[in-house]
Amino acid sequence: MEKEIVLALRGLTKRFGPVTAADDINLTLHRGEVLALLGENGAGKTTLMNMLFGHYTPDAGHVEVSDFKGGMLRLPPGHPQAAIDAGIGMVHQHFTLAENLNVVDNILLGAEPLFAFRRDQKAAREKVRKLMEDTGLHVPMGARVGELSVGERQRVEILKALFRETRILVLDEPTAVLTPQEADGLFAALSAIVKRGLSVIFISHKMREVLSFSDRIAVLRHGVKVGEMATEDADRAAIARMMVGAETVQPERDSLVPGAPILAFEDVHLRGEGARAGLKGASFTLHEGEILGIAGVSGNGQTALAQIISGLAVPERGAVILNGTPVTAASPAAMIAAGVGRIPEDRHHDGVISAMSVAENMVLERLDDPEIQNRGFLNKPAMKANAERLSREYDVRGPGISARATLLSGGNIQKLILARVLDRAPKLILANQPTRGLDFGAAGEVGRRLLAARREGAGVILISEDLDEILQLADRILVMHSGQLIETDSRDRAAIGLLMAGQAA
Amino acid sequence: MQIEPRQSQNPLIGLLIPVASALVALALAAIPLAFAGADIGAAYQQMWQGVFGSRFAFTEMLTRATPLIFTGLAAAIAFQARLWNIGAEGQLYLGALAAVWVGTGMIDGPQVLMIPLVIFAGAVAGGLGMVGPAYLRTRFGADEVVTSLLLNFIILIFVQMMLEGPFKDPMGLGWPQSEPILDSAALPKLIEKTRIHSGLILALVCAVVAQVMLTRSTWGFRVRAVGANPAAARHAGINVNRTLMGVAMISGALAGLAGVSEVAGLKGYLTADLSPGFGYTGIVVAMLAGLSPVGVVISALFIASVFVGADSMSRAMGVSSYLADLTVALSLICVIVGGFFGRFRIRFGQGAAA
Repeated sequence: MEKEIVLALRGLTKRFGPVTAADDINLTLHRGEVLALLGENGAGKTTLMNMLFGHYTPDAGHVEVSDFKGGMLRLPPGHPQAAIDAGIGMVHQHFTLAENLNVVDNILLGAEPLFAFRRDQKAAREKVRKLMEDTGLHVPMGARVGELSVGERQRVEILKALFRETRILVLDEPTAVLTPQEADGLFAALSAIVKRGLSVIFISHKMREVLSFSDRIAVLRHGVKVGEMATEDADRAAIARMMVGAETVQPERDSLVPGAPILAFEDVHLRGEGARAGLKGASFTLHEGEILGIAGVSGNGQTALAQIISGLAVPERGAVILNGTPVTAASPAAMIAAGVGRIPEDRHHDGVISAMSVAENMVLERLDDPEIQNRGFLNKPAMKANAERLSREYDVRGPGISARATLLSGGNIQKLILARVLDRAPKLILANQPTRGLDFGAAGEVGRRLLAARREGAGVILISEDLDEILQLADRILVMHSGQLIETDSRDRAAIGLLMAGQAA
Repeated sequence: MQIEPRQSQNPLIGLLIPVASALVALALAAIPLAFAGADIGAAYQQMWQGVFGSRFAFTEMLTRATPLIFTGLAAAIAFQARLWNIGAEGQLYLGALAAVWVGTGMIDGPQVLMIPLVIFAGAVAGGLGMVGPAYLRTRFGADEVVTSLLLNFIILIFVQMMLEGPFKDPMGLGWPQSEPILDSAALPKLIEKTRIHSGLILALVCAVVAQVMLTRSTWGFRVRAVGANPAAARHAGINVNRTLMGVAMISGALAGLAGVSEVAGLKGYLTADLSPGFGYTGIVVAMLAGLSPVGVVISALFIASVFVGADSMSRAMGVSSYLADLTVALSLICVIVGGFFGRFRIRFGQGAAA
């Protein structure tokens, strides 16, 4: 028997200037069904969801939800409250949390009446605690969100969406920051809720998850729905081809003999910020021509590690030896001068200055370079030539080099940062979550670039929560948990997953 | 009605908004004019006459614009780095105090020596006035809006104390005013029998230099980067605190030059009512200019026209000259509202037609 339809998108269309981000898209979602939405970045997934939520007003088409009585109700366009009232909840790819509030307050935010004499904190806490129990998504309830790791914030986002009377839940890449076990746990929890009648729209790039978790798959490309099939009939290669519109090639790691050591951590300690773990006695050595993969759930000390290598912090105890010289002062400029290329975790916050142009962002780290300036004055033709060359070589696409960086997509911002960092042929590369939020094509490109730098003799520290990426790219794997690093020879997902969860394999 | 963020900012809109804001503010001034019982058409005509009606009126407007260009630049440069210098009023007085300190007989020499010396002293004093708040911000995270604002009152009282004490003119018949600036240290007049002086030239030079430095130098690049995203600037190896301290020094120095120009170019001696709030009005000038140094010149001319025109109108029509302050305030509100339209687009009606 066909299950009842709870949501229908009818011919949704959205244009941004000359770009049609979504073109006449029709989708239906049934009760208790998981629909996976696949597509490269810029395929129109986010635009579609923004229209569903009333954040964007469609240029054509409309959204219908079931009215509980067997009929369909048309949602007024551009009216987020109507979508929320209809029981649609969303977990965004980019967090929408208030960093200065604690976890419970964030979950309650917007769910409470605006004017009330008192807040029943105790009942709310109890309700949140019960929700955490039910879903298996645990977060310290009293912690300020600003102190949480990215992974924990993601969990708060999911809890926040589930807290309201949600019957349609949209998940935008929910597992990007979870360990394999946690992801399995999340899917198990969600499956249980789905059985009770929750409908899920699930956006992901991870084929494995899509195939195991969803009931139906819809594929978008360039704003058009190019395919829709039941998951049981789906096949990996066919979907990938449908998404990209061409065959995809995964980067391959060739064998290399590592050279001299370039970076050594010796029993390094550094306090973490807020509730995040810092480093508690981390030791490792990185050699030339080697990719060191650091697996682990975020919030286990990766930030502290990255801050030290970026030059933003120095260890409180222990030694960091770069090219044979101990690092004693926190100075990003000194790190850059020493040939360290840094790809930051949060590219929007630390990587680019979105109000400045692409060309300006491309010279951000080399303002003293005589090629870029002469006696303190910018060499604009050189900046332009530099930006044009890098855009070409690294395939940075956008409205042009004099456009503000904010107009670039996430993938293109990452390419901009890669171009800026890798073009200077760094001897040591810190790649912190370099493919988070990127699609197949862009992520493969990042992997290829890192492997190419490795072939040129660079040492790479690859911090990633995507275990597949680490297994694919890393020569050696260290697992980070509670501020400590454990080296593992295992290439087994389950065994590494246990280490990520803090259990000895 | 729908409010949507604009996907891209049209540069034409960026130009249109301040002009439209200024015009809307002028138009809104008709409301209090009507309340005051004035003939609105005649009032606007009188305002226009008060600025463009004669050569003298026009030079008066330029004289009034001169300190506003300096304080507008002070605010614009600081705000570019998101350093909220609200203390230009105090820095102006520090500049003026330094100018009378070196320019009223401490030393004497030829003009070519004395004028640069007075200018330099005023700039340094003004700069030091902002270094304190900036240091507290970079070192302890103290909000410079509060510290620089409160410092204004401390400085003004300090100036009054000096004018009653060591700086008091013994020939001043007991008035709290400084000795007159030496002829050799006074900024030369530009046109005889008007009040317009070479401070205007200095202001224009500063605006051009500031424009070039902000847009074409690595220093300006750093300032804009620190203002737009301090975390990314720091990550990229830019010394955020040093940049902020430099901006504070230059912003304060420009405000100090406003004081120098008023005391050594216009008044000739220092009193505690040297500035009718030029430091605060500079903030409006900078906002109206969209923080562009060249824009500051234009918006300072506009604001000065409003002041001078409204003065003339109030004399001729018998309405309160507070109308000028009101119009200036209105133009700030209009530019803030206008900035909203620059970032968002309003759509009417239902977007979907199915």
